[in-house]
Amino acid sequence: MTFLPDFSLSPHIDQVGIEERASRVTKRSIKKETKLNGLLLTLNMIDLTTLEGKDTDGKVQQMCYKARHLHDVYEGLPTVAAVCVYPSMVRTAKKAVEGSGVKVAAVATAFPSGQAPRDVKIRDTKYAVNEGADEIDMVISRGKFLQGEYNFVFDEIAAVKEACGDARLKVILETGELVTYDKVRRASDIAMYAGADFIKTSTGKIAPAATLPVTLVMLEAIRDFYYKTGKRIAMKPAGGISKSKLALHYLVLLNEVLGEEWMNNQWFRFGASSLANDVLMQIMKEKTGVYQSANYFSID
Amino acid sequence: MAKAKNNTIKLKFDSARKFAPAPESRSAAKINARYDHFINGKFEKPQSKKYFATINPATEEKLSEVADGNTADVDKAVKAARTAYDKYWKKMPGAERAKYIYRVARMLQERAREFAIIESLDGGKPIRESRDFDVPTAANHFFYYAGWADKLEYAFPNRKTQPLGVAGQIIPWNFPLLMAAWKIAPALATGNTVVLKPAESTPLTALKLAEIIQEADLPPGVVNIITGAGVTGAALVNHPGVDKIAFTGSTNVGKIIQNAIAGTPKKATLELGGKAANIIFDDAPINQAVEGVINGIFFNQGHVCCAGSRLYVQESVFKTVVQKLKDRIETLIVGEPLDKRTDIGAIKSKEQLGIINNYLKIGQKEGADMHQSSAVLPAKGFWCRPTIFTNVAQSNRIAQEEIFGPVLAIQSFRTDDEVIEKANNTPYGLSAGVWTDKGSKIFNLTTKLRAGVVWANTFNKFDPTSPFGGYKESGYGREGGLYGLNAYVKIV
Repeated sequence: MTFLPDFSLSPHIDQVGIEERASRVTKRSIKKETKLNGLLLTLNMIDLTTLEGKDTDGKVQQMCYKARHLHDVYEGLPTVAAVCVYPSMVRTAKKAVEGSGVKVAAVATAFPSGQAPRDVKIRDTKYAVNEGADEIDMVISRGKFLQGEYNFVFDEIAAVKEACGDARLKVILETGELVTYDKVRRASDIAMYAGADFIKTSTGKIAPAATLPVTLVMLEAIRDFYYKTGKRIAMKPAGGISKSKLALHYLVLLNEVLGEEWMNNQWFRFGASSLANDVLMQIMKEKTGVYQSANYFSID
Repeated sequence: MAKAKNNTIKLKFDSARKFAPAPESRSAAKINARYDHFINGKFEKPQSKKYFATINPATEEKLSEVADGNTADVDKAVKAARTAYDKYWKKMPGAERAKYIYRVARMLQERAREFAIIESLDGGKPIRESRDFDVPTAANHFFYYAGWADKLEYAFPNRKTQPLGVAGQIIPWNFPLLMAAWKIAPALATGNTVVLKPAESTPLTALKLAEIIQEADLPPGVVNIITGAGVTGAALVNHPGVDKIAFTGSTNVGKIIQNAIAGTPKKATLELGGKAANIIFDDAPINQAVEGVINGIFFNQGHVCCAGSRLYVQESVFKTVVQKLKDRIETLIVGEPLDKRTDIGAIKSKEQLGIINNYLKIGQKEGADMHQSSAVLPAKGFWCRPTIFTNVAQSNRIAQEEIFGPVLAIQSFRTDDEVIEKANNTPYGLSAGVWTDKGSKIFNLTTKLRAGVVWANTFNKFDPTSPFGGYKESGYGREGGLYGLNAYVKIV
């Protein structure tokens, strides 16, 4: 029998130290083939996302086409890792990416607020899984977490995990609402012990979304969990990453904290909607030596 | 959930070091084939007519040659400094002195890139450090002390101060430009004139600074820079025209200097060796503490007098910390100092590498467990992999003596009292680090640790406004901040 840790004793984070360490990766010079490889890897790690009230089948189909054909002018580009949609759009998305290897992720559990009873959340999850979702992005109950109801949060994640079946579960901490690094670390520990396959920073609906220091806190939590249990957990920063350079900083951070075994889309994702085009623009610049107009890149 | 044993889990970082090179351009820095002494505002050939080479420790190539100073050169420089003191500098209002010092600071900033490149070429330190730390901090020291030059009556309320006269300053090879700034800036601000001798193996940035001082149009003789080895330094220390000696370097040489000036009216400040204790308690923010340890011992290849070379880890987190350190050093890139990727550059000299390697042998012979990163070292030049020793006792030489390299000796401890006693159980007392999330524990330790600087939840932080200096055999006198002015004035 494995005893769970006391989550109120999760390691503390020194704010100055973590921000200093995170800023260090922004000083790493990424050039030439390392840059190109990093950009290609970034594309392949993207969860291309549309999460709007006004989403329609048409909008989702167009995005799914983009997911498979990022920029056909450049031969041999990878696809993105997944498309991320609301449960009601899963069936449409699933059909649109069929045969491409692109996964369909669905945000469930009363995304983005998570303010719903547990049975509603479980039904939401099961619905998305039945519609064909490969991955479920759930939100934790931040209110309960901030009240100190860690068991509630833990049990809820475990219940959603059970409802996921074979779908991989991403647990969104919504770090912008947890505010402190200590709380981010504690929520990460709870999510991993409760069965998360991924831990994810944000819904994208709250600012600040993903930041380098917050991501570093979560990567260190993943590393410490791996040291203790031998089990790998994946990471997904989401929201606020729209530039290639920043994406490369995230990859450097990942590379230096968790190492090469995490450097693929099984273990790392970017939740982003506009990152892909900036990366494509940089890739074309590496190839041709000049920047092209944004109008050369489709906006689906 | 299967619980794996700690020692079976290891992260893989082979690719972490495989970034494409990002070299800084060497051509952005101009290095003359030969440098003379800088005396009385002019570059002057040495009386001995002799020059010696300074090399790039990363390639063993000769960079330039510099004048070999003898007693006659020193005499000339001291006389120039005395004349400048009497004729210009002591009479000049503080606000006017400040203008000159500001000008030096501004010019240093403008030419920061060139200085950073030369500092890395001559000293072997990573360009990331010379660019982001050495050069900007040196400029900041000039800015800071320029600000004090006309405010000395506020620094010493209700007292009158006078400059000491001619300051003889001898600096080491680990932070050549920064140490020059630490020495020159407060001396000038308080109205002293200067004869500075940089280390014989890293004279280039000081000589570049001489060019700036010339361009800044400081009155001739206010700053003189002479190059040479120990003999030149001894001539400066023993010169009767020198009123003050400021020395940074080894404890052995510090003792020689103290002997030499005993019975003379010369004042001295000595900043000597160290063997700093870095202490991690089990309630520390462990991941940040590990980063702090890495920064504490591997910054500037461990060529830092205040390096955190003795690590004390509370036994309940000992295994975790060691595991994390071992994984972390795998990600450190050792190699070409001018490459912007580099974390750890070249060991300063063949001689220093010999000393470090000897300590590695001693450590193993003493029965300590040595662990090094698997970094591949360049074929030419002087290199040492980041190294950590576990299974170390207080009585091991590697835990007692200053190694001055990227070598960390780790010991465990159990209680607060025990670690305070062990941390203080050293002839040195320059710096210390405490890692705990508990504020009261920090204050308890900072009052009991016999060290000039105690960092809490950080390490190797320097700022012109904060004083720096040692207890016991780490020297006396303070540099930096308000206290740094004390060393260059007499209060009348």
